[in-house]
Amino acid sequence: MNSRKMELNKVEVWDGNMANSQAFRQADVDVVAAYPITPSTATVENYAMFHANGYIDGEVIMTESEHAAMSGCIGAGAAGGRVATATSSQGLALMIETLYQASGMRIPVVLCLVNRALAAPLNVNGDHSDLYLTRDAGWVSIDAFSPQQAYDMTLMSFRISEHLDVRLPVISNQDGFMTSHTAQNVHPLDDDTASKFVGEYKQVNALLNFEKPVTHGVQTEQDWHFEHKAKQHAALMGAKKVVKEIFAEFKELTGREYKVVESYGMEDAEVAIVCLGSTYETAIVAIDEIKKEEGINVGVVAPRLFRPFPLEEVAAELQTVKAIACMDRSAPGGTVGTLYNEISGALINTPARPLVTNLIYGLGGRDMTVAGLKDIFRQLDKDAKAGKISGNIQKLVGVRGPELSFYNVQGL
Amino acid sequence: MSTLQNTQKEIKNLKSFSTAAERFEGSHLLCPGCAHSIIVREVLNATNDNLVVAASTGCLEVCTAIYPHTSWDCSWIHIGFENSSTAIAGAETMHKVLKRKGRMNSDEPDPKFVAFGGDGSTYDIGFQWISGCFERGHNMMYVCLDNEVYANTGGQRSSSTPIGSSTTTAPAGSHSYGEKRQKKDIVSIMAAHGSPYVAQVAPNKWKDMVKKIQRGFATEGPVFINAMSACTTEWKFAPNQTIEVSDLAVDSLVFPLYEIIDGKELNITYRPKNVVPVRDYLGAQPRFKHLFKPENEYLIDEWQKRIDARWEFLQKREEIKL
Repeated sequence: MNSRKMELNKVEVWDGNMANSQAFRQADVDVVAAYPITPSTATVENYAMFHANGYIDGEVIMTESEHAAMSGCIGAGAAGGRVATATSSQGLALMIETLYQASGMRIPVVLCLVNRALAAPLNVNGDHSDLYLTRDAGWVSIDAFSPQQAYDMTLMSFRISEHLDVRLPVISNQDGFMTSHTAQNVHPLDDDTASKFVGEYKQVNALLNFEKPVTHGVQTEQDWHFEHKAKQHAALMGAKKVVKEIFAEFKELTGREYKVVESYGMEDAEVAIVCLGSTYETAIVAIDEIKKEEGINVGVVAPRLFRPFPLEEVAAELQTVKAIACMDRSAPGGTVGTLYNEISGALINTPARPLVTNLIYGLGGRDMTVAGLKDIFRQLDKDAKAGKISGNIQKLVGVRGPELSFYNVQGL
Repeated sequence: MSTLQNTQKEIKNLKSFSTAAERFEGSHLLCPGCAHSIIVREVLNATNDNLVVAASTGCLEVCTAIYPHTSWDCSWIHIGFENSSTAIAGAETMHKVLKRKGRMNSDEPDPKFVAFGGDGSTYDIGFQWISGCFERGHNMMYVCLDNEVYANTGGQRSSSTPIGSSTTTAPAGSHSYGEKRQKKDIVSIMAAHGSPYVAQVAPNKWKDMVKKIQRGFATEGPVFINAMSACTTEWKFAPNQTIEVSDLAVDSLVFPLYEIIDGKELNITYRPKNVVPVRDYLGAQPRFKHLFKPENEYLIDEWQKRIDARWEFLQKREEIKL
């Protein structure tokens, strides 16, 4: 690195965007190609300021759209260096074509996705509709629940993405505004330690290696397409092992422990919620309070690793509870929510047969409070004691108007 | 216009040019008589430097990179329909960074970064991406293989399709003479970006073309080349007529050959000794055959007037250097 080093305090007060930007800077990213969009804009703005002040050796390409941003990342990544970008919501929707191309072409890219609702109606606040839009795109997807975690996850994303057994792009998620714009204490690594942890980029089939010209982005039809997609899926499935190894190495370095499935209160929980993002942090507060005040044993489970989906670990976490609410922060579009589907799928072949409900909540940044979560835990407790779901399987919670609920299979 | 340090390749005659070390192999699936392969060879053979090539989805891409085969003996990338420009811009930027960081072999001259796209991906779906790359000033060459139609998908109109041409989405019929709109003037649009070098070329005028490509390679900044690519399949002439039809195109001045430097200085680079009537160019291609019906003949007259006026305009611009 020829660039200036930044003297960081042991504890910095950073929001989630600054956490991303600092991780990019310390990872010595070669090319950032990006386009601004709320609420991820500051990730790119901070980085551009680092660049303007001589802290960055790489280049910043401010493209004319998010599609072009990811196209530039793929071209630059294929050329043979470290690339990263950030986006949200509509920007992610615009780049979705290239997400599939990046993963299919096995180009390591780190994308900081600051989760935000998808229009219409237009909304700048946090929900998980953009995160869910990436579900089948073939990317590793990890979730941070706080600015500290955003820093840690983004830093580790480079390691995961560029790992020779993976070579797949990685999304580092965080909640729009709740995490991206909430300044909290963050314990960063110093520049040298972070740089050493991320390591040097290893070229694989680089366009800029003229000794060995390669053809990237070929056509395959029915004779070879399936084999390519099968290999890609196998590599993605194999990424879980690599993620665990990198989490373990990071713990050695920082003392901060991450698991592919995070949980709280599950040692003695009778009922549990499953959620993503900052709701997990709110749930910890709610769990402590309700245990103390009402003596109900409740817990929360959150897949830290969203893709590849840690099915075995999720199933293991949920073996002893009697009732589960899967909380999906995205309009489900005419079916049950993603977490409901995946959690139910994880449990269906196991001995545990808890009641599983699906709560749609928090759309467009609608707050999910400690009080709101306590209500959910109380209802789960009642259902568990009654041995059946009260009412329908899917309910929309925290929304004005008459209760909206759907699906009922009792009596089949 | 600033020039790059360049190892200009000497090209003596057509024989030595056509038998130069080839980084685009003869084995591919393009139609017999397709001008794309001629253009690509002329571009690639114009330099001995290392090459990074990008192609948009289209005839060139689907016919040259079908796994497990490739026709490319140089670094090559395809992402999608609209983004060959940005793919190459990303690679070019990465090269700049790796060179600065001392991670490139410093003995070698800088590679050339070339993106190819058809008129569909250039005039239409990829236009924004190209515009972005040119505004940002990447050191790259964009070559449009202009066959005036979405040929890869079976002959749908693009905004390069000329008036009166029959395409599958704007067909000639009992109530229509086919395409109603005039071809978009992409060369002027790209020159208006302030590109240091913009040129229109035709593969049959290979000396003119290779001169422009070499000038483009020697130019710092984004260079745009609009290459006429006569399409045997969609223009519907016989596969052995490609060069003849291309000659009619340039000699009728339907495809005038010229260059624009720094968005200002326009030079006409080919003046036909005998200008051929536009009617002869149209008559050689069954995509225009309905224009020769009595009720449509007026369109041929309009064509001729339009081409005359355009030629007049280009000459005036050349004269006043504006």
